[in-house]
Amino acid sequence: MADAALSAMPLAGPQDELESPARRALQRLFKRKGAVVGLLVIVVFALVALLAPWIAPYDPVATSWTAVRKPPSALHWFGTDELGRDILARVIHGARASLMAGAISVTIALAIGVPLGLLAGYRGGFIDALIGRITDAMLACPFLILAIALAAVLGPSLADAMIAIGVSATPVFIRLTRGQVMSVKVEDYVEAARAIGNPPWRIALVHILPNILPALLVQATLSVAAAIIAEAALSFLGLGQQPPFPSWGSMLNAAQRFLGNAPWMAIWPGLVIFLVVLSLNLLGDGLRDALDPRER
Amino acid sequence: MLNFLARRIVQLVPTLVFVSILIFSLQHLLPGDPALVMAGEERDPAVIEQIRKQYHLDRTIPVQYAYWVANVLSGDLGESLRIKVPVLDLIAQKLPVTLQLAAMAIVIALLIGIPAGIISAVKKGTAWDYGANLFALWGISTPNFWLGIMLIFLFSIKLGWLPASGFVPPSENLRASLASTIMPAFVLGNAIAAILMRHTRSAMLQVLESDYVRTARAKGLSERSVILKHAMRNALTPVITLGALELGTLLSGAVLTEQIFSVPGFGKLIVDAVFNRDYAVVQGVVLVTATVYITLNLIADVAYILVNPRLRG
Repeated sequence: MADAALSAMPLAGPQDELESPARRALQRLFKRKGAVVGLLVIVVFALVALLAPWIAPYDPVATSWTAVRKPPSALHWFGTDELGRDILARVIHGARASLMAGAISVTIALAIGVPLGLLAGYRGGFIDALIGRITDAMLACPFLILAIALAAVLGPSLADAMIAIGVSATPVFIRLTRGQVMSVKVEDYVEAARAIGNPPWRIALVHILPNILPALLVQATLSVAAAIIAEAALSFLGLGQQPPFPSWGSMLNAAQRFLGNAPWMAIWPGLVIFLVVLSLNLLGDGLRDALDPRER
Repeated sequence: MLNFLARRIVQLVPTLVFVSILIFSLQHLLPGDPALVMAGEERDPAVIEQIRKQYHLDRTIPVQYAYWVANVLSGDLGESLRIKVPVLDLIAQKLPVTLQLAAMAIVIALLIGIPAGIISAVKKGTAWDYGANLFALWGISTPNFWLGIMLIFLFSIKLGWLPASGFVPPSENLRASLASTIMPAFVLGNAIAAILMRHTRSAMLQVLESDYVRTARAKGLSERSVILKHAMRNALTPVITLGALELGTLLSGAVLTEQIFSVPGFGKLIVDAVFNRDYAVVQGVVLVTATVYITLNLIADVAYILVNPRLRG
């Protein structure tokens, strides 16, 4: 116990002692089959998104009037859509829109939410009350409805959808960061840092932030899953990625009109959304268990 | 209890004020002059000037906000720009449809989520537990618009059992009403069932290890009676209150579900309004949703206190 407390003290600082909790958490993470499978699937999809122009069998926006709504075949593994475009190529390129939307919108939420949460939790008082009420007000609007309202104001495009999703996801991070800061700031090592005269910003960034990272990491993973579904939902409604560029959500929208004679158009985009979101949820659950101090 | 209630209601005031500022500023984030947006096709400067006067757009922003709040408090949420109907009437017309869907979804979620959670806790570590956890993961990870499309494909197109879209009010034909809403209600309930299952499982696991359950077993009560009469009653309290918070998920989910099944409810109202640039309706829907959500939170808090005698101050 004393060792653990000492190693958490920044004064004790040798690099390997600071790294060991992270390494232990990684070891615990890799013992969980679900989390490992989830991580692998996400890595595969990230590679697919990165290498899309090189691995896609066709141009995702090239139409062909001779190949309209063809079922899966050796030529087109996933079939073709209502304009004769290759669905596999569109699913591969759609990974870019989805993963980018997931990553960028959560980055926006972290970039706004963490500093505000740190400020509210560390300073307390009027600033805390003000930030708290704004957070409550945003949380009072269901996530997707807030994102739709913001997307409506910003205009229909993938970039604006990412901003809308990011802003809508922010209050969760403000609240989480604030709560974590409140529990960490009374710890002895923070008191010690304050006693030796560190300025508040340094205590918040150097002594508090690293200790609340695990909780933020778990929430960020789960939020990427929610953001990917939200991007697909906004694109499905026509408020995200605009045609002809592919997004899994907008592909599902088009597919709905041809469900009777081209069901493959609906199966693939939905299946990949499900797979990516499932993997992120598995990884998030695994991370939560691996990073939970009670599991040590 | 009354003290607690009074304190909670007082706490709501600043939240509601910020919600109203948030919604009011939505309109002002719009690019361009709101008077021009409201005028639509009309380009006559006299008309635009009249609109500006009528909606106090010639005053400062705080004054405009005060007018807007005064109107909202007197029940005037403005008028739909497109169909010239008061927003409150539109909402009153669409809300019952969504409430019917939501009520059916909650019943479905309770019927699936709670038994699945209890079984998985009681049979922890067995195939039952594994299966219930898989179900929960599936429920949380399936985008509801995809599930909706797949159900239409299976039950409407392939089997021809259920209508693919539309809505029949229960007052007209109860059977047809159920047939038109069962698929969207299932889609909505599925995700919540998964969340309820997880809450129920963890609450049951905690309760099953408690002293009074051990006492009940030691008294020689049957396992069935221990679980159903002793453990379940205590485990379900937090589950129900946590479940109430999922109603926000339900309202979000209704947006997409109603779009897919062409159900003329609250969710479809906001989507149509967004595409028609009918901002008064968007504002009204967000305001009503937030108010409903805040009220539900309050009811959940109060219910939690009511069923938990130890928390009564």
